[in-house]
Amino acid sequence: MTNAIEIKDLIKHFEDVEAVKGINLEIEEGELFGLLGPNGAGKTTTISMLCTIQKPSSGSASIYGHDVAKEPDTVRRLIGIVFQDPSLDDNLTGRENLDFHARLYKVPRSEIAQRINDVLNLVELSDKADVIVKKYSGGMKRRLEIARGLLHHPRVLFLDEPTLGLDPQTRRHIWDYIEKLNREKRITMILTTHYMDEADKLCDRIAIIDHGKIVALDTPENLKRDVGGDVVILTVPSGTERLKVELERLPFVKSAQSVDSTLRLSVENGETAIPIFMDVARQEGISVPSIALHEPTLEDIFIKYTGREIRTQEAAGWAAFRSPGRR
Amino acid sequence: MANGRMEFFTDIYSIWLREMIRYVRARSRLVTSLITPLLWLIIFGSGFSSSLRFGGPSGTTNYVNFLAPGILGMTVLFTAIFSGMSVMFDKEFGFLKEILVAPVSRTSIVLGKALGGTTQAAIQALLILALSTLIGVRIEGTLGLAAALALIVASMFFIGMGFVGLGISIASRLDSIEGFQVVANLLVLPIFFLSGAFFPVTSLPDWMKVLVDINPLAYGVDALRYAVTGLHTYALSLDLAVIIAFFAGMTVLGSILFRNVK
Repeated sequence: MTNAIEIKDLIKHFEDVEAVKGINLEIEEGELFGLLGPNGAGKTTTISMLCTIQKPSSGSASIYGHDVAKEPDTVRRLIGIVFQDPSLDDNLTGRENLDFHARLYKVPRSEIAQRINDVLNLVELSDKADVIVKKYSGGMKRRLEIARGLLHHPRVLFLDEPTLGLDPQTRRHIWDYIEKLNREKRITMILTTHYMDEADKLCDRIAIIDHGKIVALDTPENLKRDVGGDVVILTVPSGTERLKVELERLPFVKSAQSVDSTLRLSVENGETAIPIFMDVARQEGISVPSIALHEPTLEDIFIKYTGREIRTQEAAGWAAFRSPGRR
Repeated sequence: MANGRMEFFTDIYSIWLREMIRYVRARSRLVTSLITPLLWLIIFGSGFSSSLRFGGPSGTTNYVNFLAPGILGMTVLFTAIFSGMSVMFDKEFGFLKEILVAPVSRTSIVLGKALGGTTQAAIQALLILALSTLIGVRIEGTLGLAAALALIVASMFFIGMGFVGLGISIASRLDSIEGFQVVANLLVLPIFFLSGAFFPVTSLPDWMKVLVDINPLAYGVDALRYAVTGLHTYALSLDLAVIIAFFAGMTVLGSILFRNVK
């Protein structure tokens, strides 16, 4: 199988921070690949370098053998991008936005009209094609951007947080389009997200990226199997560390981590473990007001590899990330 | 290579086309932007015309005719510089990213935008010129109507391209629309006031004469005035040389600064 993307020792540093600290990665043709991590982890910077928006500080990345730093124009014709922030002209109609894009990407004049109709059908916007984008809903704009990303028949499509800020129903719709495109058109897709369910549902393989490095790389299934069994979460207002030490001694506990005032335990069988946990807690005189049990999700994997919850990270990084200068 | 050159021009056309669609769609802005220059012309022009004749060493004319080329220059200046703001809007609303990652050279983006802004400025100014005939403005120079109109359009093109280039240069260096407006306004008013749009610049105090002499718009207004009235301060060849140099310089500057836009 050919590799669509090859990344070697990719590093990007800005004046004072090193955003990407040496990433190595190969992505196969036709793969739907997820880059997962909290804001500020280096996802968007990595994507920006692959899309020729930013130049790598060192190392290299290539798309179908074309180096992103040395052959940006060739790379730009091979890729489509759906940006994290909106990037449509609100004062043009949907069709005009697509027409502009088709011209800039040198789609043959005789094919433009047909291709526009094709992609509009694909994202079910045909009846809104001649409406000014200003009047579109958030979900419609997103779909139009996906349609636009496909217009010049890219071989690799980058989707940077494609469902950020959309309601659950629209998100599910977008997921359907993404899966359909990947399946029917065999387009290689790189998706960044900090939604665990999104990555879990869509991606063939996932790289978890934190502090500019890949900390885990595998299929969602393997990653989850890695955590294994069940996850039991105990809420422990005080004495978390002491309880952790006690519970880690139990033979069936595979790993234990304290995050804020909770204790996350990975065990073979949650149902039989919980009563024992409660006994230990009672003996130690530590109160446990609530317990949760679930099968491992990517959230648990993320916590395992980074020691933090992805959602709290998101909240902290949010204000800085959405500053006007960034848009 | 021929193919590459072809693409360069079709890219410029695509960028220009989008600017024009946006312009036509904002019809209300088009109408309101005609009002201010027309008010200047009607109130100032008619007011002073009743009692004064203006001119210079090359002759005199009534004030409304004297003022009209100045108002054309003003219209081009304002429309052109503020059309550079489209770079700001594209940045603010994210559309700039779509353009920047496309396989399109930065120079064709700048030229497409500059041509778009210049076309808009010229349309505005020519509408003003047409409307101004209603209040008695006449093309009465020695050139003849066709040559006068050609000179008017050419002058508008060069000063238009120059000031859009300046606008794009400013927009490329700034991060906010408010910042752009502050800087542009700071530049626009002195450029306008010291362009000889309102008064003859032949017998000004020295310090002011220097400021006029280094003002590219003064040469643009002088060329326009020569076309409309036959009056002029500088030689026509000097007028054209300066505004062409201004156009070339600003286009290069805009292209260089725009290259660093993120």
